Formats: sequence, C-alpha cells, structure tokens
Amino acid sequence: MKLIIEMFPIALMLSTPLIIAALGGLFSERSGIVNIALEACMSVGGFTAATLLVILSSKGVPNAVWIASVAAIFSGALLVSIHAFASIHMKADQTISGTALNVFAGGLTIYLSEIIFNAKSTEAYSTGATFSKMSIPILKEIPVIGKMFFEGIYPTTYIAFILVLVSWFILFKTPFGLRLRSCGEFPQASASMGINVVKMRWIGVLASGAFAGFAGAVLVLTTSTFYFAGSIHGLGFVAIATLIFGKWNPWGVLFAGIFFGFAQTLGLYSSAIPYLQKLPNEFFSLFPYVITIIVLVLFASKSVGPKASGEIYDSSKR
Amino acid sequence: MNKKHSALKISLIAVVFGLLLGFLVVLITGRSPMDMLYAFIRSLTGYNLAKPDKPINLMYVFNWLLEAMPIILTGLSVGFAYRTGLFNIGGEGQFMVGSTAASFVALTINMPLVPHIILCLVVGMLAGALWGFIPGFLKAYHNINEVVVCIMLNYIGLFFSNYLVRTFLEIDPNTNARTVAFPITAVLPKVTDMTASQFNYGFVLVVLCLVMYWFILEKTTFGYSLRATGFNSEAARFAGMKVKRNTVYSMMIAGALSGAAGAIVVLGVFKYGRIFTLFDNYGFDGISVALVGAANAVGIALSGLLFALLKSGGNNLQLFNIPKEISQLIQAAIIFFVAIQYGVILMLNKFDGFKLKLKGGKKA
Repeated sequence: MKLIIEMFPIALMLSTPLIIAALGGLFSERSGIVNIALEACMSVGGFTAATLLVILSSKGVPNAVWIASVAAIFSGALLVSIHAFASIHMKADQTISGTALNVFAGGLTIYLSEIIFNAKSTEAYSTGATFSKMSIPILKEIPVIGKMFFEGIYPTTYIAFILVLVSWFILFKTPFGLRLRSCGEFPQASASMGINVVKMRWIGVLASGAFAGFAGAVLVLTTSTFYFAGSIHGLGFVAIATLIFGKWNPWGVLFAGIFFGFAQTLGLYSSAIPYLQKLPNEFFSLFPYVITIIVLVLFASKSVGPKASGEIYDSSKR
Repeated sequence: MNKKHSALKISLIAVVFGLLLGFLVVLITGRSPMDMLYAFIRSLTGYNLAKPDKPINLMYVFNWLLEAMPIILTGLSVGFAYRTGLFNIGGEGQFMVGSTAASFVALTINMPLVPHIILCLVVGMLAGALWGFIPGFLKAYHNINEVVVCIMLNYIGLFFSNYLVRTFLEIDPNTNARTVAFPITAVLPKVTDMTASQFNYGFVLVVLCLVMYWFILEKTTFGYSLRATGFNSEAARFAGMKVKRNTVYSMMIAGALSGAAGAIVVLGVFKYGRIFTLFDNYGFDGISVALVGAANAVGIALSGLLFALLKSGGNNLQLFNIPKEISQLIQAAIIFFVAIQYGVILMLNKFDGFKLKLKGGKKA
C-alpha cells in the first residue's frame, strides 16, 4: 500500500502528457477528423520546448519554461495545420496525411537538432530551468490522498486536470461544443442547420495540434533533460489508445490516462513488487496496446466513437 | 474540363515537389543542395562528382539495391492491402515479428545451407501473416478499424519480439544488446564479393514476390475478387464474393510480405537476432512506396528503387555535412503530395485551361 502511494506521483507524471494529447485527439475526432499525427505534434512540441529552454535559460530569461511551453503549443498547431489543410480542403485520406506528418516530424526534429546543436539530440538543459515539483500546503496533510495528489506533483499535472474539466465543459455543455460534435457525427446534417463544418473542423484539428504540442513539451520537460529521436517513443499512439479506451469522453480520457500511466509505473517498480517480479518488463510496455485492442473488441458492437470521424466530407452526400 | 490524370503523372509531380522541398530545406538551413545531388548521383552510379578523378565505386550502387529490397517488399505489403480497400499501417510490427521468427529458426534448428534459409524465410513470412491476420480478422468479423489495430500491433510486435529474443535466444555476452551470430547455414549469401556491400540473394525473393503480386492481383479470380472488394465491398458482396474472407486473406498476405522483409534484412544484413530499440521505419517506407507506385507491381518496384535511392543517398549525405534526416523530410513531402492529389489534379486542370487560353481559347 505504501508503495502504491509512493508510485502515484510518478504515475501522474507519466499520465499527464497522455491525458493532454488524448484531449487534443478528442477535439479532432469529435469534429470528424482522425489525427494519427498526435505523435508528430508531440515530437515537434517536445523539440521546440527543449530547444527554446536550452537557449533561453542560458541567457537567463525568467519563466523560460513557460515561454518554451507556449512556443510548443504554437508549433504543434502550426504543424497540424498541414494535416487540417490536406484533410479538410484537399479531401486527403486522413490516415495517409497523418502518416506523412509522422515521418516528417521524426526527420525534421533531428535534422534541426543537427543544424542547431550539431548532434542527434538537443543539448541538455539544467534541471533547475524546467518545471519544478510542487506541494500544496494544507491539502498535502490529508492522510493518503495528500501524499498521492498534493505532494511532489508537477504543475503540469494540475493543468491537465483543469484541461479535462474545461474540455468537458466546452464539448458537452456549450452550444459550440454541440455544433463541433455534430460535425463528427453527421456533417451534412450540421451544414443543413447552418453550421460551418469547415470552420468547426479547423478548430478541432488545430486544438489537437496545440494540445499535443503542449503534451510533447510536458513529456520532454518533466521526464527527460533533452530531446532525442526516442523522446516520444510512440506515446502519441498511446494517446490515441487513451482516447479510445476513454471512449471519446474527457472523463474517460482522464481515467484511461491515469490507468496507462500507472501501468508504465508498475513496469518501473515491478522488481520491488513480489507478484510482479516474474513478469517480463516488456509486459508493462505492451499493456496499453493490448488493452486498447481488447476494448475495441468489447465495444465493437456499440458504436461509441464519432460516426463520421475519418470520412472524407462530401457536402452533396446524404 | 475534368480531364483524367494518370497515376503516373501524379506520382511524378509528387516526387518532383518532394525533391524541391528537400532542396529548399537544405538551402534554408545553409547547406549546399548541389552536395545533396552529388550524394544521390553517387548512390545511383557509384560515380563521385565531387572528386571526378576517383574511379567508380560500385559499392554505392549495391548498397542502393540492398536498401531497395525490404522497402519493395513492405511496399508490396501496403499495396496488396490497399488494393483490397485496407490500409496496412502495421508493416512495422509484421516486419519485426518476421525478423524475430526467422532469427528463432536460424539459431535453434540445425540444417544444411539452402533448406535452412528457405525455412527461415518461410517461418518469417508465416509470423508476419499471423500479425496481419489479427487486424484482418477483427476488421472482417468485428468491424474494427484496421488502422488502429495495426498501430497497436506495431508496438505489441516490438515489445513481444524483444521479450522472446531476450528470454529464449542466446544473447551475445559482449554487447548484451543482440543474440549471438547466426550459423553460416542461415545467412543469405552475398551475390558478389567484388565490393563490401551486403547485397545478397534475398533479391531473388523480392523478384519472386513482385511477380506473384502481379500474377495474383491481375491474373487470378481470387485477385479479381480482392480488387472488387477494394473497389466497392457492398457490390462485391452482392455479387457473391466472400468479402470477409477476402479481407482476412488480404491482410495475411500483406503481413507475410512485410514479414519477408524483416526476414531478409535480419538474415542478409545483421546476421544476428536483434533487440529493437526503435522502429526501423521499413513499414512506414512501404506506405510511401505503395502510394507513389500506385499499388501496382511495376510502380512499386520503381518507387521502391527511388525511395531506396533517397535512403542510401542519405547515408552518403553525412559526408557532405548534411544530416541524413533530409531524406525522411523528402519522403514525407512525397507522401503528402500524393495524399493531396485532389488538389494536384485541380491545379493540373487549371494549368491545362491556362495552356488552352494561350493557344487561343479553343475549348472543346
């Protein structure tokens, strides 16, 4: 039990980027565009954040880590606008265009690293420059829960929690959210009600890039000290898994994200836990992917995902 | 005015635009695009334009062909599924399980040279087929999007392969990051000892697969029903074709082709069982190869050679102080331009209209 409490802050640290990126995917898919380029946006976000942090902190700029994070958000949105243009205006196959971005980002970040730092990775930033863990006074005194949620937690984790709440409110409690979601279910009907499908989808896709860019920054800045080719190591795809396991719902995403984060942490701690010692380390790594396939099989008959997601929008189709 | 433009034209435009973008990036980042051209010409001909007095070095040419072998196979893999209306983004996972299965046969079974290699290749292909069966089955009988399942299986393949290799095969004690070397009976022999290139008899399998691909899709009833399924699965079902069975078979064949790619790379280049840290990207290369090659055999062979040129040229680029990732950028741009072919066609039509106006505006 003590171990589980000890593991919790680490699990939260690992689930934070997953939750944020999956929320991005949620906006995109709810508006009807599949974004498998979450991985690409996370890479570019992580690279931008790491590079800026190295440069800014060496010059002693205050709040460098926040400036770097904001830049990461913009870089993610900028990158994903290519995907938005292709899939909304050019009737591109969304999987193909997303794949192009994934290949592109993998190459671009390392290419630029070589140009800027003359190495296959960015330079390392000092750990003092990045996010620092925080504890909330009073609340951390609560037995058990205090140690799990309020002591030694990165501020980004709280931002992720707030983003879950905000996303839920926007998507499910505002007229705007209803319109956006309608574009992912039956865009022709939305258009007939005077909703601008193109605009809604642009908002959805841009949001996904911005969220994923931030997620990449959070991932690199909290779990590493530099960006390299393996920094994101498929977490963009785990974020898609998180989205599916969370049934395309912000609260589901929160739960699924913490669940997968916890699974990764168990992998780190498995040697210390008697029952888990015998399991190979790879088991914990492949866990989220297996769960996702199982979930897909279980939910296959009930269509939980947005109906029109991934389809090319043809305004003349009925 | 809606003239049809051939797939070849669109592919060529995509390639030209992709290369232009690459040149532009090299230029913007302060390197010389001419150096890049030299590197590609060197891969293509073995001739070093930067040092014209040096003789032709065929190693570069063989390395280029060696690089083409696996990506033609993964290209066929993506192409085969594509013709049936499926998107096989799982080549990466199928490649790794194929590679691992071949390593198991290579290290645990004692056999004479030729049968041993053939058995390694066959088992590698079967493992790939199994990895393709899962998304095919789930798509056909549970209506689950094959793209998501394939992506998940890529990572499952990665970790599962590593687990199997680490647990059951003899690990090389010096590096701890790979198995011991394969016995000589399980190594694909080099075609020629003329150069240091590892170019090997795996190319026979590649040619065989190319011919089979063409034959199955274009000349058999089975291939016809696969293509019909890809064209309009409802109509195919109505015409009495077994759409569900076709979906499963198609993904299995696609998986087998990627598995074959994994097997020839591990048996011909590495010659030891691998523990993967990241993807090799052969599966993703296959997507570009198949798309640019318009999913037909000849197109895939040609675009496979083209992308191999980008990759092997990329390796030479390091000498010119240009990061080799530039070839990845070019590749991404080419996929992207193929993806937005709707826009490219619009542009071509506008251009045709413009040409007509110049000729005096005689519109038919």
